[in-house]
Amino acid sequence: MSDHLVQHLLRRAGFGSSPEELAFYSQLSYGSAVDALLNYEQFADDVDSRIGTPGYAGVTSAGEFLPNSNIAHARQRWAFRMVHSKRPLQEKMTLFWHNHFATGYTKVRGVSPDGARLMAAKASEDAGGQQGQIEMLRSRALGNFRDLLTEVSKDPAMTIWLDGYTNTKNKPQENFAREIMELFTMGVGNYTESDVYAGAKVFTGWTFTTSGDRQGGTGTTSFAFNANQHDTSAKTFSFSIYPDGGKTIQPRSAQSGMQDGLDLITALAGNPNTARYLAKKLIRFFVSELSEPDPGLVNTLANTYLASGYSMKLVMRELLMSSQFTDTAAYFSRYAWPVEFVARAIKEVGWAGYSLNDAVTALGNMGQVLYEPPDVAGWDLGPNWFSSGTMLARMNLGSTLAANQKFNLRDAARPYGKTSDALLSWMLDRMPLAPYNSGTYDELRNFLNATKWTGSDSQLLVKASGLAHIILATPQYQFV
Amino acid sequence: MKLSRRAFMQGGVAAFTYSFAAPSFLCRLAEAQGQTSRSLVVLDLTGGNDSLSMLIPYNDSYYYSRRPTLAVPAGNVLQIGSDASGVQLGLHPRLTGIKDIFNQGRLAFIQRTGYENSSRSHFMGTDIWSTANPANAQGNGWLGRYLDSLGASQDPLVAWNTFQQTPHSLQANTVGVPSISDPARYAFNSPNTGSDAALERTTTQNIASHIPVGQPHVAFVCGVAGDAMATLDRVATVATYSPTVSYPTNGLGSALKAVAGAMNKGIGTKVFWVQLGGFDTHSNQQVVQNNGAYMNLMAALNDGLLAFYNDLSNQGLLSQALILQFSEFGRRVSENGSGGTDHGAASTLFVLGGGVRGGVYGTAANLNMSDSANPTLENNGNDLKFETDFRSVYARVIDNWLGGDSVAALGADYRKSSLTFV
Repeated sequence: MSDHLVQHLLRRAGFGSSPEELAFYSQLSYGSAVDALLNYEQFADDVDSRIGTPGYAGVTSAGEFLPNSNIAHARQRWAFRMVHSKRPLQEKMTLFWHNHFATGYTKVRGVSPDGARLMAAKASEDAGGQQGQIEMLRSRALGNFRDLLTEVSKDPAMTIWLDGYTNTKNKPQENFAREIMELFTMGVGNYTESDVYAGAKVFTGWTFTTSGDRQGGTGTTSFAFNANQHDTSAKTFSFSIYPDGGKTIQPRSAQSGMQDGLDLITALAGNPNTARYLAKKLIRFFVSELSEPDPGLVNTLANTYLASGYSMKLVMRELLMSSQFTDTAAYFSRYAWPVEFVARAIKEVGWAGYSLNDAVTALGNMGQVLYEPPDVAGWDLGPNWFSSGTMLARMNLGSTLAANQKFNLRDAARPYGKTSDALLSWMLDRMPLAPYNSGTYDELRNFLNATKWTGSDSQLLVKASGLAHIILATPQYQFV
Repeated sequence: MKLSRRAFMQGGVAAFTYSFAAPSFLCRLAEAQGQTSRSLVVLDLTGGNDSLSMLIPYNDSYYYSRRPTLAVPAGNVLQIGSDASGVQLGLHPRLTGIKDIFNQGRLAFIQRTGYENSSRSHFMGTDIWSTANPANAQGNGWLGRYLDSLGASQDPLVAWNTFQQTPHSLQANTVGVPSISDPARYAFNSPNTGSDAALERTTTQNIASHIPVGQPHVAFVCGVAGDAMATLDRVATVATYSPTVSYPTNGLGSALKAVAGAMNKGIGTKVFWVQLGGFDTHSNQQVVQNNGAYMNLMAALNDGLLAFYNDLSNQGLLSQALILQFSEFGRRVSENGSGGTDHGAASTLFVLGGGVRGGVYGTAANLNMSDSANPTLENNGNDLKFETDFRSVYARVIDNWLGGDSVAALGADYRKSSLTFV
């Protein structure tokens, strides 16, 4: 398959392509490449063991690197995975779910002293076996949506973030009930204010419990259902809860009251509005955000979702194999999120000797801090990523990265240094741009030819880094 | 509600025109507006401000019975007198600077501001306040429409957003509003030096001016990049600003310092946007405890605004600034079981500045929910019922401060003669 299609596939189902990834996926047929991305279990999940080893991007820490308990380190680890994972789609879906079930570290930390663990700990590396929310999302990245929604509803960080842990029968708390309907499943317009109040009652008693020394890193925080705080009254909704069309969750004993929530979660996962809401959101994130989602594709994905019993893997297979996805009109039709821009830039420019700590700092200036979406709706996407300040932050990430890779770029450019046109063509193949006109192309040429072209090492040192910086700063590079 | 922004871009981008105005033009504009220009500073308290904890009806017994743990004791409020309905009002005890400004007649509260069928969704609520259109909260923002009314080829710094993302209120057809949170960081770096670095900058600036045909999304980013490059040098002058007071070292303090700097340097910006987040106080609201959530919010609000007020006063710039505060909704009257308050409806907002006719506009609610005929509450007595349409406040600001046409900018006549705060 063509390099352009591989690059498109990996920009969307991953974070761009390094020269090695491009070589690997180019040998496959399109269908095989999609299957390799979807069935990522066949590739070892060993990316974390590469951290701190030669040949990979670096991380920076004052003292020991503790990505399971230090949020700044966790951010670097996630960036490392985006750049180096052999399972790019798993990382991309994890990011999608992080935005969908947007939970912010700071509020979690305000309630739980080990907030970083609740967000980022990997159970296999954590002394208490704590699993952070993002690890849970990663483990279910292409799993069953109803199961994912159930785990999210029980996730300790989520019960803190949307205040579910304070939701009790005498004082129902609406935050989680509202957002599970508005943002996680059916979408605004498909539920009423009374549904929110009924939903709050449904989830009374869903909380967390703690044991051991949490701050010391050996204790745990886990889901608990507190039957004493559950509201046992009947809850009636404006939409169907049960397959027979029943809209009321009948009173049951407090002890078995957790089933109320499971009934509502099952109903929400199976609601046709949820199928369409998810389909549209996936299309905007993976296919194109320049036009309204194609109604035919929305129907196809929604039907696959419902018919498969909520299999995200099958939905994503349908999406990636669709003609809408492979259409060249879909190339570069999404405004790159800051993490997409940064991870792609690193993969395409180079990483040897570059610390991801610099990338994490720059991401903050671009408006995206991992583990810290601004609110429960996630990040403000599309053109909203762009303002003059955040655009300068992108340009300056380009400057820092190009400066860091100056000598590597010179060395890589040597075989193409005979003429300025050869250098330009090599660089544009490596760092492809959204469509540009001849005026833009002439600017790039003029930059290289401002002084007489010799192709000397000293000229390549300046021109290769300068060109990489300029390309990263172009409007056309801000799309994936 | 992401749709609305996207829909805006679909329709709006095609109509974008990009002005890469020459520096000389910009300088003349700044000079022409110089010391006589007026600036509006919009302050968004994001998350839904519990204004009942900010401006407190401390003699309403229901305030205490419905907020057993959150109510501020009557003896602790900063009394500011009573409103037209005779309700005695007091400020949150941390708002000592705000009280001073109020006593100087430079601050006005407008009680129970909102709209019919108030949305309890953060996102819908924000879109409604942004577009000034509860029926269809999509398309350009109310300030964006005002900026558009100034005509094409506006100076890119006609508006200045101190927050990273462009707020919906400032989305416009003819202006891409720059986001500048820290003027010192608003610079163009380079991996090279000297003439090589200068050439990178020139090339980048030139590339932004080559707008590809039939690619409105790329054209949009070209416009943003062009605005960034065109404003670098002037913003650099703001980075040299030395204020006459020290500002709090938090986001709001830095933002207000940048606003004062831009006014001091005569940039000519008509609309600034600043934000203070964290008002979504569902739990552990802690209104009066030291280091409590709401206490800290009031501290940030008070200290930032007081520094700004004093800084402008010292420089004789106070008469050129009007601060308009709002929030996407108020909060429930009764506290919840988590020591917090859930999403509500109307709330109190305030305006502050040298041109303000201070005082209390509008009337407080009677918090007695057992009286089903109580016209000041809604939602079975759970929430405050709006008395003043928020668009009437916007109208006053557009007509009497910005010198615009509120009927055109808001799409209808929302003027209310009793709102004489400016």
